[in-house]
Amino acid sequence: MTSNSPLSLAARRFRRHKLAIFSAGLLLLMIVLVMAAPLFEALLGVGANDVNLMSRLLPPSLAHPLGTDELGRDVFLRLLYGGRISLFTGLTAAVFAASIGTVVGLFAGFLGGRVDAALMRLTDSVIALPLLPLLIVLVAIDLNKLGLPQSIVESEDVSFYRIVFIVAITGWTTVARLVRGATLSLKEQEFVMAARGVGAGNMRIMFRHILPNLLSVIIVAVTLSIGTVILLESVLSFLGLGIQPPMASWGNMLTNAQQLIWEAPMLAVYPGLLIFVTVISFNFLGDGLQDALDPKAEY
Amino acid sequence: MRRFLLSRLLQSLVVLVIMSFVIYALIGLMPGDPIDLMISANPNMTAADAAALRAIYGLDLPIYERYWNWLTAALQGDLGYSRLFGQPVLDVLLPALGNTVILMGTAFTLAVMVAIPIGTLAASKPRSAVDYGINLFAFAGISIPSFWLALMLIIIFSVSLGWLPAGGIASANAGFVEYISYMVLPVLTIATLSIGSYTRYTRSSMLETLRHDYIRTARAKGASRRRVVWKHALRNALIPVVTILALDFGFLFSGALVTETIFSWPGMGKLIFDAVMGNDFNLALVALLFATALVLTANLLADLCYAWLDPRIVIGGGKV
Repeated sequence: MTSNSPLSLAARRFRRHKLAIFSAGLLLLMIVLVMAAPLFEALLGVGANDVNLMSRLLPPSLAHPLGTDELGRDVFLRLLYGGRISLFTGLTAAVFAASIGTVVGLFAGFLGGRVDAALMRLTDSVIALPLLPLLIVLVAIDLNKLGLPQSIVESEDVSFYRIVFIVAITGWTTVARLVRGATLSLKEQEFVMAARGVGAGNMRIMFRHILPNLLSVIIVAVTLSIGTVILLESVLSFLGLGIQPPMASWGNMLTNAQQLIWEAPMLAVYPGLLIFVTVISFNFLGDGLQDALDPKAEY
Repeated sequence: MRRFLLSRLLQSLVVLVIMSFVIYALIGLMPGDPIDLMISANPNMTAADAAALRAIYGLDLPIYERYWNWLTAALQGDLGYSRLFGQPVLDVLLPALGNTVILMGTAFTLAVMVAIPIGTLAASKPRSAVDYGINLFAFAGISIPSFWLALMLIIIFSVSLGWLPAGGIASANAGFVEYISYMVLPVLTIATLSIGSYTRYTRSSMLETLRHDYIRTARAKGASRRRVVWKHALRNALIPVVTILALDFGFLFSGALVTETIFSWPGMGKLIFDAVMGNDFNLALVALLFATALVLTANLLADLCYAWLDPRIVIGGGKV
């Protein structure tokens, strides 16, 4: 006996995507590993940021599973802590970006006319711009000149907040287009007319009636944008503009590795490999979800 | 046609003007200002001197007045001096612009020449091993971090094999082969990033096109499957691909920035990075505007291409 509810149909379609299943497992494993970082720290008896100049650039051993970097820090532990930052930044920024995109897409698709034209022109312009150069300027902004309180400007996490904010205000465009497209077809359906018939206003229809139906579109969009966001974070951190050392992120671990590329090429391999595996897993997962949640798909 | 071109041109100009103000305002928010830099070079200056200097240079005016002064000067050809290079901004920019166009142009051409055939191939044999393999490759392309790819290429081809230089550009009197040898790795990096997404767009657009009735008609009339895919369907499948390629120029430029920085290729991307990092306000401002203009121009060209590929699009009348 198999049930034929939309959810179980979707689950069945998703299970056919072997790569997506495998990716989901891999990501879960990765999350467990980075969560367990303090445990590994205790196990190895060193901290992730412990500098030891006597043991620079050591090869892998029992004490240092992946060797040490140019300051004698344990590479494996730093990868785990870097993973925490990269994954957490990716997730947070993707959720913020998706929220902006959803609101923009919902308003554009539902209200139509001038609002639609203006919002979509804005979206197209943002997509067409050379983003990275502009982001570099955004990152370079002096927060004191914005009049932000000192407590924020001088806090240790400021590079994290900054990167989440910057990625969110630039990464919403894909979600906006997808949500707009879905809204355009949803708003023609009978339940919208019915809601209007019993006197619901635009806001209520948009956020109570249409939004829940957009859930699958949004889930797919968020999954797919996490990959993009992690790439963006890593590139900015690599350029020295994102997460600031000594806090490790996969991106900023590669900055120093570039200088040491002739002496210790392996230092450049690990963090990038992890970024690559994480991003491709999120992309496979998103692709699988897209197929599974597509209402037009065959069974 | 002319009306369409004019309206697109006007639109691009409006975006450019808006962006010039946004960038001007953002650069004003970067740490310090030109007077701070003067003070740090001269310990004898007092706060009063600094204030007087700010008044002389108009730095105490409100932002829109400063912007207006800059804009009017810029339109008369006065783009200012670069602090880092000690030369007029334009003299620094133009060679860099040339280098970037060469790098991006080659990478873009390579990406399109690889992606369109393999995307079409994948779509012509859906769910086959070939399709699966190409899809995997495309996913890898969109997921690989640009800077890491660049570092890996350096490790393989420069550090281990020693075949190619790890960065820089050939000297002016170098031969063609040497010039190319400096281009190979950066071009490969930028192209790989784009091949993935272009392949996926081509594949899905081709799959869509192959569902049309005229494809079935062509098959029924005896045209071979290969002929139908490559002769009948391809041209139509490319129409939506062109739009997406156009929107991708901004992304291409972002990739070029990272790549140029890693390979020390003296192009616009590296220039922008160095200018922002080195507090070279004039250079950063104009270079960013040039980059924006470059991307907008590429978009405009793609629109023209679009019209040329699809004669059904009546440009100028109705909605475009």
